[in-house]
Amino acid sequence: MWYYEKKLQYPVKVSRCNPMLAKYLIEQYGGADGELSAALRYLNQRYTIPDKVVGLLNDIGTEEFAHLEMIATMIYKLTKDATPEQLEAAGLGAHFVNHDHALYYHNAAGAPWTATYIQAKGDPIADLYEDIAAEEKARATYQWIIDISDDPFINDSLKFLREREIVHSQRFHEAVEILKEERDRKKVF
Amino acid sequence: MSFTLTKCYSPFVSKFDPCKPILTKCYSTPPNLYIGFQPNNIEQFPTAREALYAGTLWPCLYDPYYSKRGESIE
Amino acid sequence: MTQKKPLPDSYYQLMEQIQAVDFVLVELTLYLDTHPHDLDAIKQFNQAAYESRQLKNQFEDQFGPLMQYGQSYSSYPWNWKEAPWPWQV
Repeated sequence: MWYYEKKLQYPVKVSRCNPMLAKYLIEQYGGADGELSAALRYLNQRYTIPDKVVGLLNDIGTEEFAHLEMIATMIYKLTKDATPEQLEAAGLGAHFVNHDHALYYHNAAGAPWTATYIQAKGDPIADLYEDIAAEEKARATYQWIIDISDDPFINDSLKFLREREIVHSQRFHEAVEILKEERDRKKVF
Repeated sequence: MSFTLTKCYSPFVSKFDPCKPILTKCYSTPPNLYIGFQPNNIEQFPTAREALYAGTLWPCLYDPYYSKRGESIE
Repeated sequence: MTQKKPLPDSYYQLMEQIQAVDFVLVELTLYLDTHPHDLDAIKQFNQAAYESRQLKNQFEDQFGPLMQYGQSYSSYPWNWKEAPWPWQV
């Protein structure tokens, strides 16, 4: 089971009401390479991966939920108390008529989250390579959001999340090495 | 370990390109691409607070990113 | 509606200290998942786990429980459900 802790993994601060930035950030909430996809992908793959690396998938999957909460916090703060006019001006009019200020699992273009974003092939190497690719794609997405954002506080939190993708990718690479069982062994071909 | 965290290239520029050409394009090559299996006992950030704000406990995995838009001074 | 009092600076300072120590614990957890025989890292992990527990005891005395389902003690009345939640602060 899981225990909830009443704290964010990293402090999230927002400079100003900015629904336009929230519209872009939702890519990492309900998008293909977002934090929801990441959490569900790893926690689902862990049932059919060798025991040696189950712990890693379990723990990275758990951390992804903390990242999902950070992204939600940014979106919540960027749109809290925004008027319908402000939301409409930010391109969130269509979101408003369906969801008011509620968050919803869709990407920046409004396409709802779908399980087809994630894969579980049951082949440990295929799944870990998917996970490495997912981390690199999420890292790239954070870069493009940082490039388009003019909020230094949001960018500080996004840089933390981008760095976490790098560390996760590192660990998944190590998991592949563990499953190859060739570590420290001299290779002669 | 010596490597660069960014690589750049020069795309072909046509005289008919409508937008002002970007002569050099760059992309990230973060440290996880080079480290292999992380060795034991590598240098850590001196404090937990520094590690938190770097997003990693180990300087060798740290890859700062700067907005292409350019950021106002924090 | 009455407006709720803003949180004191000490809330944010103590929370940041907890976030820092707990971040070391997250990093070491993932590291140890692939380096289970690194004794120095395990010692550092246990030390950080102790520091985290101390800081959380201090935080919970002032600002209420951080976890529930029995992972924190409760005062009277039940205060786990009280705002603020992490996304609100």
